[in-house]
Amino acid sequence: MKAHRHTRRKIISALASTLATVAALLVIAPLGLVFYHLLVSGIGSINWDFFTHLPKPVGEVGGGMVNAIVGSGELLALAALIGVPVGVLGGVYLAEYGDVRMNALLRFVADVLNGVPSIIWGVVVYGLIVLRFKSFSALAGGLALGLMMIPLIMRTTEEVLLLVPNGYREASLALGISRWKTIVHVVMKTASQGIITGILLAFARVAGETAPLLFTAFGNRFWNHNLLEPIAALPLQIFTYAISPYEDWHRQAWAGALVLVVMIFLINTVVRFLTRGRTVRVL
Amino acid sequence: MIEPSITLPTMIEPASPAQTRTPQQPAESARAAFNVRSLSIFYGEKAAIRDVTIDIPEKTVTAIIGPSGCGKSTFLRCLNRMHDLVPNTRVEGEALFYGSNIYAPDSDPTIIRRKIGMVFQKSNPFPTMSVADNVLVGLRLNGVRKRAVLNQRLEKSLRMAALWDEVKGDLHKPGMSLSGGQQQRLCIARAIAVEPEVLLMDEPASALDPIATMKVEELIRELCTDYTIVIVTHNMQQAGRVSDRTAFFYMGKLIEFDATERIFSNPKEKKTEDYITGRFG
Repeated sequence: MKAHRHTRRKIISALASTLATVAALLVIAPLGLVFYHLLVSGIGSINWDFFTHLPKPVGEVGGGMVNAIVGSGELLALAALIGVPVGVLGGVYLAEYGDVRMNALLRFVADVLNGVPSIIWGVVVYGLIVLRFKSFSALAGGLALGLMMIPLIMRTTEEVLLLVPNGYREASLALGISRWKTIVHVVMKTASQGIITGILLAFARVAGETAPLLFTAFGNRFWNHNLLEPIAALPLQIFTYAISPYEDWHRQAWAGALVLVVMIFLINTVVRFLTRGRTVRVL
Repeated sequence: MIEPSITLPTMIEPASPAQTRTPQQPAESARAAFNVRSLSIFYGEKAAIRDVTIDIPEKTVTAIIGPSGCGKSTFLRCLNRMHDLVPNTRVEGEALFYGSNIYAPDSDPTIIRRKIGMVFQKSNPFPTMSVADNVLVGLRLNGVRKRAVLNQRLEKSLRMAALWDEVKGDLHKPGMSLSGGQQQRLCIARAIAVEPEVLLMDEPASALDPIATMKVEELIRELCTDYTIVIVTHNMQQAGRVSDRTAFFYMGKLIEFDATERIFSNPKEKKTEDYITGRFG
C-alpha cells in the first residue's frame, strides 16, 4: 500500500511538471511563430528604399514607408510630451503626497483607464479635438496616445517610488532639504532607472496602437510636418495596406509589421538592459 | 534587548580606550538648548509621550535610555519635527529651541531641521551618490555653489567624522561601497556638513560591530565640544561611556534626568534602579 502511494505521488508530480512545461512552451511559441512568419513574409520587402522613400501611387512597384516611420516618431514624441510629465507627476503624487482615500480613488481610476479598449481613446479625442478643429491631426493622434500612456506611467512610477526605503527620505529631510527637493533629488533619483523603465514600457505599449489613431492621426501618404494635419503612422499604414486589394501593398504591410515588431523588441531589450542590475537598492 | 550581564552599576564604568575624556559633570548653569514643557505626543488616541518636561543643556551629550517602546525614539524625533512625517500624530505642550517653540504654527520644519540634524540607526548614505556627494548634498540642495566652500566643507566634515584619512582617496566612489561603520560615519559627516547646532542620534551604533561602535563613540565625545548631542541608546554601557547626562524614559514618561554618573550609581527613582540593574527591560 505504502509503495503504491509512493509511485502514485511520483506520477502526479511528473504529470504536473510536464503540464507546467507545456504551458510555458505555449507562452513562448506564439512569439516565435509571429516573429518567424513576419521575418519570412516581410524581409523580402525590406530594403533601403523602404526606409527612405514615400509610398508610390497604386500600381507602381516599390516605394517605402519613411513618412510613416517618421510620423510614428512624431506621434510618440507628442504623446511623451503629455504622458510623461502627467504620468510621472501623478505617480509622485500617489507615492509621496496623496492621502489614503484619494490614492485609493486614483489607483482605481488609473486601473480602469488601463483596461479601457484603445479605440475608446480614439473616439474620445475625436470628439474632443477632431470635431472641434474640423480636421484629423497629428496633435489629436499624439493626444490619444499620450492619454493612454498616463495611467501606465503613473502606476509604474508609483510602484518604483514606493520601493525607495523611507530611510532616504528621512535622511534628506533631516538635512533641512525641503520635501520637494527631497523627492526630486533623492527619491526620484534613487528610482530613476525604474521610472525610465516604466516610461519605455509605456512607449512600447502605445507604439503599436492602431485603433486610437484611426479617427485622430488618420494617416497620410505624403510627408506632413504640420501638427494640425493628418499624419502617417506605421501601425496605420500597415492596417491600410493589409486590407487593400493590392499584392504589392500586402508585401509592404508585412515589411512594416516586421519593422514595428523589431522596434518594440528593441525598446524592451533596452528596458532589460537598464533593469539588469537593480532598480532600487533596498537596504 | 539588554545584555543580561549588566547587573552591577560598576560594570558600566568606562573600560575601553573609547574613553578620550571623562564625561564631565555639566555645570548647573549650562545654557539650555531645549526647554521642553509638558510635551505629549499622540499616535491617534494613544499617547507615546506623556507630559515630558526636560531642559537639555547645550554642548553636552544627553543620553536617552529606556526599554523598547518607552517613547525614547518618538521623543528624539519630535525635537526636529521628524515625526511630523508619521500620519495621525498630535502634539501637546511646548518644545522650545533656544527660546522659540518648534511647534509654533509659523515655524518651518525645514528650517528647524537645518539647525537640528539627525543620524539614524541604520546607516543610510544615498545610493546614487559618491562619498563626496553624500557629504555635500545638504549644502548643494540648499544653494551652496562655490567650489572652494564645498571642498573646504567636505574635508572639514569628513575630518570631524574621523573618516577623512580612510576615504580621502575614494571620494568619488559610491557611498554604499564603504564598510558599515564607515557608512555610519559618512552619515555623521553628511549631517555635520550643513553645520547644524544639534545632532540627534537614534541608536547610531546599534547596527555596528564593536570596533566601529568604539569609533562612533569616540566621535560623539569629540563632537560635543561644538554640538549639542542627544543620543537614544538601548545600550546602557554606551550611555555611560558617551553621555554627560542621562534621561530615563518608561512608558512614555520621563522618570529621571540627571548627571550620567548619578543615574548609574545612585538613582533617585526605584524604576531607574531596577532598569539599570537589569531587573526589567
